[in-house]
Amino acid sequence: MKGKKLLNKTWKENAVTYGIVIIAYIIIQIMVQTGNISSLMKGLLVPVCVYVIMAVSLNLVVGISGELSLGHAGFMCAGAFSGALFTKCMADTIGNPVVCFAIAVVVGAATAAVFGILIGVPVLRLQGDYLAIVTLAFGEIIKNIVNALFIGRDENGLHFSLKSAMDLNLADGGEVLIKGPQGITGNPRVASFTIGVILILITLFIVQNVINSRTGRAVMAIRDNRIAAQSVGLSVTKYKLMAFTISAALAGVGGVLYAHNLTTLTALPKNFGYNQSIMILVFVVLGGIGNIRGSVIAAAILTVLPELLRGMNDYRMLIYAIVLIVIMIFNSAPAIIGYRERFMERFKNKSKTKEAL
Amino acid sequence: MSFISYLVNGISLGSVYALIALGYTMVYGIAKMLNFAHGDIIMVGGYTVFIACSTAGLPPVVGVLLAVIVCTVLGVTVEFVAYRPLRGASPLAVLITAIGVSYFLQNMALLLFGANTKSFTSVVSIPSLQLADGQLNISGETMVTVAACIIIMIGLLAFINRTKAGQAMLAVSEDRDAAILMGVNVNGTIALTFAIGSALAAVAGVLLCSAYPSLTPYTGAMPGIKAFVAAVFGGIGSIPGAFIGGILLGIIESLSKAYISSQLSDAIVFSVLIIVLLVRPTGIMGRKISEKV
Repeated sequence: MKGKKLLNKTWKENAVTYGIVIIAYIIIQIMVQTGNISSLMKGLLVPVCVYVIMAVSLNLVVGISGELSLGHAGFMCAGAFSGALFTKCMADTIGNPVVCFAIAVVVGAATAAVFGILIGVPVLRLQGDYLAIVTLAFGEIIKNIVNALFIGRDENGLHFSLKSAMDLNLADGGEVLIKGPQGITGNPRVASFTIGVILILITLFIVQNVINSRTGRAVMAIRDNRIAAQSVGLSVTKYKLMAFTISAALAGVGGVLYAHNLTTLTALPKNFGYNQSIMILVFVVLGGIGNIRGSVIAAAILTVLPELLRGMNDYRMLIYAIVLIVIMIFNSAPAIIGYRERFMERFKNKSKTKEAL
Repeated sequence: MSFISYLVNGISLGSVYALIALGYTMVYGIAKMLNFAHGDIIMVGGYTVFIACSTAGLPPVVGVLLAVIVCTVLGVTVEFVAYRPLRGASPLAVLITAIGVSYFLQNMALLLFGANTKSFTSVVSIPSLQLADGQLNISGETMVTVAACIIIMIGLLAFINRTKAGQAMLAVSEDRDAAILMGVNVNGTIALTFAIGSALAAVAGVLLCSAYPSLTPYTGAMPGIKAFVAAVFGGIGSIPGAFIGGILLGIIESLSKAYISSQLSDAIVFSVLIIVLLVRPTGIMGRKISEKV
């Protein structure tokens, strides 16, 4: 009986999250149809979807698995480039842009997942700060390699080089697909707000179901007490790797969406560097670590807000930083937690005495 | 001969990394936290000297002293405001706070000094040394950096092993609760650690900007991260380890830039970190710590 109730409760919680996304989508669609939205905001709709997906997927690692990953933008980068490369190669063959995009999403997710496994196997042996710094290093490595990567195509197939376009040795009529630091140019811009929202819903569905599954509970048990979880027979590496890989794959999805919203895709420190990873982490932290709905709301608000505060643009990162520090101290400082508890206690006692009267 | 000159370059760069890594490793060893803002304190040191020497026209020595004082005060303030309330909180919370501080310093510098690159005039006025008929050129900056690094490392070792405050640091890093029981002022010791680490960061910032004379609000971020790599490489918490790790990392970076690819040099440096952590998670000079339930 009680178990069923609990299940119902989590189901309701999840439904609220889907509901928020769907209602927001409907409202914005109505605004777009009636022309009540500025072109600036219209341009932000897809990036909002990208960051929501990124924040939700990072929350799976930071909140549920309890590991600090600072390389999330690296997975986004892997997904973005593999997805864009796929679209560039296959767009003419497949024809239908939506089908092509759907396959590109799968390709991007798979590539990011492969990177997730490759990185996760060595990295998840480490803990805490070491893990953070190594994921950061991996994110930088991915960005670095993509920046030095040249891929070309001719009748003999694909050619790879890490030096320059000349080293590809393309036959006549060959085409350079990825031009190192210049990235991929001439992408078709097929991403739309509707596609973005569908991807958000899929991401939410995957993440929320993982959390409420046996796997999710195992991951959380390992987070709360690794040694106790190990002693009841949970495989720490397996479950951590699972959470890490799913998160990486979803970040890849975000990357594919990001790539298909731009005509020119380059790997700059600005879009795939560790600052981007930290930005996504800020969304997760401000939305509440471990709270999926919070991530959705925080990512959406914090992506739109800076554009609304154009005049304050100089100060917005400063405000971000201060908010981050203040929230961390308010939420985690032992003295403040104690103070809050005492305050709540007094409040409770008061209401109790009132009830008694 | 070109190999030796790359090697010298590497040692010079490595000495800067080593200086930053010394600060990292001390703070990590004693406060058990990763001070992400350490790299940005370097940047603050660089800007202080830039303003003191290039704008206000003070002599370099005064500029360097001023930078050390500003950074020390800044380090202690950051520790007091942001990190001290979180003592005993989860490592994740402390790390995110440190990232917040790092962001804060970068954006403060961006607001105060603007995003454009400032060209830094070197504070070192020693002429460069010509060896082997002018084929090998060792710049004054290189000599000063290496010398400063070695002197500071020896000084730090002496400070930790020979003074009461240094012994208190060792005690706090070994077991914080036991140190409290023995009457060690833990908060004071950690503040002192931050002061020393930040002073070293100031020196490193001045030397870094003298060798690579361009200064932006993000100057400190990458060297900071690489210095952390160096600290982990050498075994975090170990002072000679940070020194060796820094020098080795500088040499690896310089040689891979020269012989493999200048674009991939960062990727190679970070790969080294990952390989080291896989093969020997405690670093070259680190001790193995067994986990207690």
